[in-house]
Amino acid sequence: MPEQHTASGHLSTSEALVRMEGIDKSFPGVRALDQCKFELRAGEVHALVGENGAGKSTLMKVLAGVYSKDAGRILHKGEEVEIASPRAAQHLGISMIHQELNLMPHLTVAQNIFIGREPRKRIRFLMDERKINEQARQLLDLLHLNLDPRSRVADLTVAKQQMVEIAKALSFNSEVLIMDEPTAALTDAEIRDLFRIIRQLRDKGVGVVHISHRLEELKQISDRITVMRDGRYVDTVATADAAIDQIIRMMVGRTIYGGAPEIPEKPSQEVVLEVRHLKRGRAIKDVSFQLKRGEILGFAGLVGAGRTEVARAIFGADRIESGEILVQGRKVAIRKPTDAVRHGIAYLSEDRKRYGLTLGMDVETNVVLAALGKFLRYLGWVDTARTRAKAEHFVKALSIRTPGVQQKTKNLSGGNQQKVVIGKWLTADTHVLIFDEPTRGIDVGAKSEIYRLLNDLARQGKSIIMISSELPEVLRMSHRILVMCEGRITGELVSGSTQEDIMKYATQRSEPVLTTEPAPAA
Amino acid sequence: MTEPIAPTEVTAVPRKSLVRSSAMQTLLAFGALIVLFVGFSLASPNFFQFDNVVGILLATAVNGVLALGVTFVIITAGIDLSIGTVMTLSAVMSGVFITNWHLPVAVGILAGVLTGALAGLVNGVIIAKMKVAPFIATLGMLNIAKGLALVISGLRPIYFNDTPAFNQVAMGSLLGSVIPGFDVPNLVLVLFGVAVVASLVLTKTILGRYTFALGSNEEATRLSGVDVDAWKIAVYTLCGLFSGLAGVVIAARLNSAQPSLGLGYELDAIAAAVIGGTSLSGGEGTILGTVIGAFIISTLTNGLRILSVPQEWQTVITGAIVIVAVYLDIIRRRQ
Repeated sequence: MPEQHTASGHLSTSEALVRMEGIDKSFPGVRALDQCKFELRAGEVHALVGENGAGKSTLMKVLAGVYSKDAGRILHKGEEVEIASPRAAQHLGISMIHQELNLMPHLTVAQNIFIGREPRKRIRFLMDERKINEQARQLLDLLHLNLDPRSRVADLTVAKQQMVEIAKALSFNSEVLIMDEPTAALTDAEIRDLFRIIRQLRDKGVGVVHISHRLEELKQISDRITVMRDGRYVDTVATADAAIDQIIRMMVGRTIYGGAPEIPEKPSQEVVLEVRHLKRGRAIKDVSFQLKRGEILGFAGLVGAGRTEVARAIFGADRIESGEILVQGRKVAIRKPTDAVRHGIAYLSEDRKRYGLTLGMDVETNVVLAALGKFLRYLGWVDTARTRAKAEHFVKALSIRTPGVQQKTKNLSGGNQQKVVIGKWLTADTHVLIFDEPTRGIDVGAKSEIYRLLNDLARQGKSIIMISSELPEVLRMSHRILVMCEGRITGELVSGSTQEDIMKYATQRSEPVLTTEPAPAA
Repeated sequence: MTEPIAPTEVTAVPRKSLVRSSAMQTLLAFGALIVLFVGFSLASPNFFQFDNVVGILLATAVNGVLALGVTFVIITAGIDLSIGTVMTLSAVMSGVFITNWHLPVAVGILAGVLTGALAGLVNGVIIAKMKVAPFIATLGMLNIAKGLALVISGLRPIYFNDTPAFNQVAMGSLLGSVIPGFDVPNLVLVLFGVAVVASLVLTKTILGRYTFALGSNEEATRLSGVDVDAWKIAVYTLCGLFSGLAGVVIAARLNSAQPSLGLGYELDAIAAAVIGGTSLSGGEGTILGTVIGAFIISTLTNGLRILSVPQEWQTVITGAIVIVAVYLDIIRRRQ
């Protein structure tokens, strides 16, 4: 690609902290990176965006010494370097915070920060535990983090664990800090904290690479944006000059979103699922609602409002304390997920990798797993011809992009994994599908496919509960929207409502407001 | 942009971390040991006698030393099935050096310990470098060591009759010569001495830290720049070293190297570690817990024998205890 094409064209090579050129990387069967380039300056926040599988993480893992490149070169402050291991990267001042948190849960905060570089005593084999804690304390103070260096990491919230990772990365005196989807598991308040720290670092001259799906967020935090697609470099633009639409177009190579909401025709009046006065501890205080045949019922609310808890209770994953569940007008007892499936109820967790799929197994196995009993001949012999046919049917019907039904699901993208999970529950003949954040971790292009799929399912008479924290998604997709707040349903909205309507109900607390966060440093 | 950052939250150390810690399991195990002691003492007047308690201590020594070594391996979320037969091989090597080759006792002891360490080193290399699962690698080593012990000894026990000093190393009483009448065999001192060293290594040294780190999250440890392969090899070598020491200990105690002994010792040692709160999924465990676990097993065996419970039933009960211990641990964690 010609040099003047990039926004960095006017910069000389020596000004770049890190420069990657012509990077190739292949994994068995996949060309993950194809002639990629990337440049990071000191004191900038550089966002790296692209759909899942675009190669963002792979490119950064090459820079962080996790993967070795097949071809290309890396310049560090103008000098060509070989980064053969994470340790070599650390020596160059390059640290990466990985998407899946990389901490040792059994160790303390301080022990985690200094793992591999423990201050020693005179006898080199002995660690200086006091010094470890002291230095960690200083580091945490520097970041204004009120964390006890001696608390066990397993006892911290995800957000705090993330802060520990940042503290750890900074303890290397990193000049380059790579963050892979750091905000995926954080609440808004926590994200604000994180961004403050990122800005603080940027102002100190650290080059920050921020990999994220949330484009709105990048507008707030980044100075430049590099877009990748299908393992290739697309372009680098200054954030101030880039409209979100434009970035999305670069990511997917086509315009998506926009257009009128595609709600399918009105559902029938037949009630397939009814919940009456469901209660479970503090999470579910009193929840009643009806779900109709062919309906998409949105569940909106803030994180912690109790939506997932309601779904899990209906599915039998958690025991309910009181209340009734009626399926097609008949009262049913659901004590475990098996009962729910027997009554035709499926729950599609937001964490597909943990609860939705057996990742190490192929598409075929995953599709038939919940209904294997239907594919038996005799003596428990599995009729592989029929399971194969079923899987192939769904690959076609749901347009799952996979080389074949023998492909392991862990090699599929998030959107295609979601489709496999849907195929699994359709195979099991469930007719009430509860989706928990159906598009979480799914790239923008694939989202619209999932939406179309949900519409098709509703049109075919399936009933869908869609829990989603993305308000545009709920508004666009649902026939009706129930808003939850603190374990109760606080409002019911029809299509045509606005985000403001939802937020009004989502913050409608029935009890005096108690701040969950204690006063700072009381 | 540079507005001051308010502290995110005041962090109180959560109380449940104490309940979940392995310290709690150690405490429970200690409680169980006391209950066993009181129970057996009430059931039989022959139990709480000096000689019998010394007998329990003696019986704990070999299993205890093995368990200490395997505790390190289990904390890394690994397993070592070869410790029992490596112990035997080490005993045989001591015999070869001392009895067959007439080398000094100290050299023989060193040979035994180093034999164990070498076997551990081989385990470590196979596991860390060749990426063979620990279960399989050490299962192979179990048989290799078993076979080698038989081959080297020519299927016959090697006696240390010419070198009474060797037996004295274990069964003499340093304490008895200092405090008359308090004839606790040296072997018991060896166990406690080694346990103290093991505890220091686990809690104070870099090796101990990486032992926990490996078991807690190996990939994260690797990405932190730690040479996980080297440290894993070190941990298995250390475990082998303990097996070698156990080999010397058992040879000195029996005054002979018995080449057909050893199979099954590994399971008692693993059981001791697990009863003491070491988590088979890694990241958790204490030396004190393991020592107590080893004592629970030998106290149980001893007490049941005194109560004339047949040997077969003793085995059944020991097995049940292991399951109960692990189950209690699971319940505790769930809370």
